[in-house]
Amino acid sequence: MKKLVSLFLILVLAFFLTTALDQGLDFWHSPSQLDAFRMSNAFVQNDVLGEGGALVFGESKNLESGSANIVTSIVVDYRSFDTLGEITVLFLSALGVGLLMGSGVRTTLRSGFILKTAAKMVAPLMLLTGIYIFTHGHLTPGGGFPGGSMMATAFLLHYFGSDTVKSNLKPLKWIESTAGALYILLGLAGLFVAGSFLQNFLPTGTLGHLVSAGIIPLVYVLVGLKVGSEVSGIVADFSKTEVVS
Amino acid sequence: MIQFAGIALILIGIYGLMTTKHMIKLIIALNVMELGANIFIISIGFVAHGLAPIYTADLPNQAFSFVDPLPQAMVLTAIVIGFGVSALGLVVAQNIYKKHGTYDLSEIGGEE
Repeated sequence: MKKLVSLFLILVLAFFLTTALDQGLDFWHSPSQLDAFRMSNAFVQNDVLGEGGALVFGESKNLESGSANIVTSIVVDYRSFDTLGEITVLFLSALGVGLLMGSGVRTTLRSGFILKTAAKMVAPLMLLTGIYIFTHGHLTPGGGFPGGSMMATAFLLHYFGSDTVKSNLKPLKWIESTAGALYILLGLAGLFVAGSFLQNFLPTGTLGHLVSAGIIPLVYVLVGLKVGSEVSGIVADFSKTEVVS
Repeated sequence: MIQFAGIALILIGIYGLMTTKHMIKLIIALNVMELGANIFIISIGFVAHGLAPIYTADLPNQAFSFVDPLPQAMVLTAIVIGFGVSALGLVVAQNIYKKHGTYDLSEIGGEE
């Protein structure tokens, strides 16, 4: 009975969404139909302050944010304060997980020979790929969050593949707190050097070079390290079990 | 058309939230709903034959056919927040299981 009522309500909602909003749901733009004044054009042209011209890969110099990946330039430069809040939410979540799982002993699973051998070989490569992803966050798809998640996956694989209880998680906490503090210090440096919190105060270089885009690669490396150690900490916390007395 | 997939996933998530009382399933339904919302937001920035908003050496100046990067940046934030919410929800569910011995919300009795 409850399921029938729910289904009826869902169908009413679906009918409303697909009819009343029908005109508003037409997102199928062709490039010529695009609004020439859409907000993102300012981000795409690196021209929020309104001084630049057309961008050429490998030639344009001293741009506003200088990142070839526009999503990165929005996330880490124009809306960096938002990212700081996001990091804070992730930190609070990790803190909550750690507090709620607090009383317990870390256990290990019994792993087979194949998993043990493969984990030893694959986990370092995954770690390296994660580092590659977050150091190239301003040039290629990816960035701090996917790279950090990949590092945490390597940690999970290592955890599954190891027999002994790895109880020494101090370095993770250390990396996490240092990266978070350095992010805020970078923001404060922007406040003192350029006059605005988290402003891109370093020279932005040539569009498309590895060393370019000012503080964006630095911030993404910090974000990657912080997310990687934090998610690894959450994984380690989840592996605790209560001792049945 | 991809926005209808997003709406369908949101509706499936709401249906799951309304009909089940198992805590793990509730968290899964919440995740499905969140995925639908993310797909819907991404679809707002769609451009036919559009390119990923990244300047590359192969296509030096294609800025006018880039898909909208702003919804993608928003969704990047939303995914991370969703991960945090799921992790915290799972821990709370596990703690309730430890105390009451059940994942079903309707089976949790009051103090005897």
